[in-house]
Amino acid sequence: MKKWFSLFATVWLGLSTHKLRSFLTILGVVIGVASVITLMSIGRGSTASILSNIQNMGANLISIRPGSFTFGGVRGGMSQKLTIEDSQAIAQQVSNILSVSPSYSSNLQLVAGGKNTNSQVTGTTTEYMVVNNLKVTSGAFFSEDEYQRGSKVAVLGPNVAETLFSSTDPIGQQMRMGTIIVRVIGVLESKGAMFGSPDDAIFIPLTAMQQTVAQPRTPQGGRIVSSVSLTVSDSSQTQNVIDAITSLLRTRHHLAASADNDFNIMSTEEIANMMTTTTNTLTLLLGAVAAISLLVGGIGVMNIMLVSVLERTREIGIRKALGARDRDIWSQFLIEAALLSFVGGIIGVIFGWGISALIDSLGVMSTVVTADVVILAVSVSVGIGLFFGFYPAWNASRLNPIEALRSE
Amino acid sequence: MDNGSIIIKLENITKTYPMGKRELTVLKGVNININKGELVAIMGPSGSGKSTLLNLIGCLDKPTSGTYYLENKEVSRLSGSELARIRGQKIGFIFQTFNLLSRLTALANVELAMTYVGGIDRQRALEALAKVGLSDRVRHRPIELSGGEQQRVAIARAIVKNPSIFLADEPTGQLDSHSGEEVISILTSLHAEHGITLVLVTHDINIASHCQRIIQLKDGEVVTEENV
Repeated sequence: MKKWFSLFATVWLGLSTHKLRSFLTILGVVIGVASVITLMSIGRGSTASILSNIQNMGANLISIRPGSFTFGGVRGGMSQKLTIEDSQAIAQQVSNILSVSPSYSSNLQLVAGGKNTNSQVTGTTTEYMVVNNLKVTSGAFFSEDEYQRGSKVAVLGPNVAETLFSSTDPIGQQMRMGTIIVRVIGVLESKGAMFGSPDDAIFIPLTAMQQTVAQPRTPQGGRIVSSVSLTVSDSSQTQNVIDAITSLLRTRHHLAASADNDFNIMSTEEIANMMTTTTNTLTLLLGAVAAISLLVGGIGVMNIMLVSVLERTREIGIRKALGARDRDIWSQFLIEAALLSFVGGIIGVIFGWGISALIDSLGVMSTVVTADVVILAVSVSVGIGLFFGFYPAWNASRLNPIEALRSE
Repeated sequence: MDNGSIIIKLENITKTYPMGKRELTVLKGVNININKGELVAIMGPSGSGKSTLLNLIGCLDKPTSGTYYLENKEVSRLSGSELARIRGQKIGFIFQTFNLLSRLTALANVELAMTYVGGIDRQRALEALAKVGLSDRVRHRPIELSGGEQQRVAIARAIVKNPSIFLADEPTGQLDSHSGEEVISILTSLHAEHGITLVLVTHDINIASHCQRIIQLKDGEVVTEENV
């Protein structure tokens, strides 16, 4: 205990004599650790926010789109498309399904509130709201009755409402959509920014959509839709439902056994997994970039330690003459290096944490600082100190005391 | 004199340094016995091997051949860390250039000698400084002290461990004659009061004359040994 105390006293002496130099050495490690913490927190933060957005989409959601995710290869025989009839068949023939909602999206000219724009309009059924877990902040989603009658009513995403009707209450306002005039009956609650967010969408009954847009048909006469979404009554049945739908659609689309699906089915869970994989890769990449700066910091520590050993050659000689063994000298310099980078690591954590919190509070990006990253960054910085301090310390311990005493 | 009082026994010690392709033999078979409590001066011209001999006695270096007994224990074949332990416990060095750590106070410099042997004892460090008359200078750094005072700190650093032998390499070489006298009188009074064993390397016959025996070295060999 006493021995350790005197060792640390020795080390502290070495560091405190050159305060500016110690500070500059630490700075490299501080920046390295701070950037690891910040970048990792950004990575973790985006993963978390993507996951929460996906959860917002609705649990147990399955969506079916025509085509497939096969990129790069030329795909033929795409005459079969997803149709309303497919959607009805799924609702009738597949069990464990709560509700099914087909939708058809098209780009339409909008004239509203003195503005003339083009926007994506989605024609769908009443079930869409339940299936996609949508809520309205004012007004209401269109009813089954309005759907059946083909009422010309629209429900706006919050961003669209803001863009078109900025300050005025959009409820009850008229807007021209293609060739029809629709009345706004509801505004949706925001679901947060993400790709394909309903915040930017306009929903009208599919029956009203058909009055202004000629909905394309398959050669067999089926009315083509852009997507079909549905909710499963029991999440444990998700895979079974996907399998059942797949085989049903393959039969309906007359696909040969060897042919690929001409549609794509994804559950919320799968999307979440895919997104998590992507963001994890991103997080790792960011971490790797930051780790390089940590490495540079470590090289800085080594550089300073080499200089320090050279400068303190005579001191090493004196210590050896006074009875210091090689290993005493070695541990003195090694602990000095480790302590430098440990202190740098701690300060780096504080800085990185602060920067993450700042980024989060400014609303630029959401960040999450996790304990594992902090522990990792600090232990890696100490490890770097030990690694890069090893060679200088070894050099110091091997100095010949007679020559060391003679040096200036 | 009986064998029991011999503290340093050098038998046929040689030391050879590689100098490029040739070899430089600095010590050519030196035989010296030094008794406990003896004051010995080693003299000789530059390059005669005085410092090399002192480094060997101080266990800073190992002889190329020959045997060295320190307190009847052979130390010429010990490992580096065993030699370090002997330096720490049994040898008190006093250097021409003082070799104090400039960023440490006088007290801390004295305590440094205890760091590697048993641990720091502040009371003993203060006593050692009192013995060299520096009780009022314990918090001063070397730069704030005169040359003579610095050398006295170095002596305090040596005596604090209560070593078996003191080795002084030109201890007055960088001091004016007054400070030099002071240092020598401290060393001789330590010898008179505490019976320390001191081996002193010097050019100065006046300093050597304070010793009981003068060993003359020339070209790595002992030429004369005379009792004063």
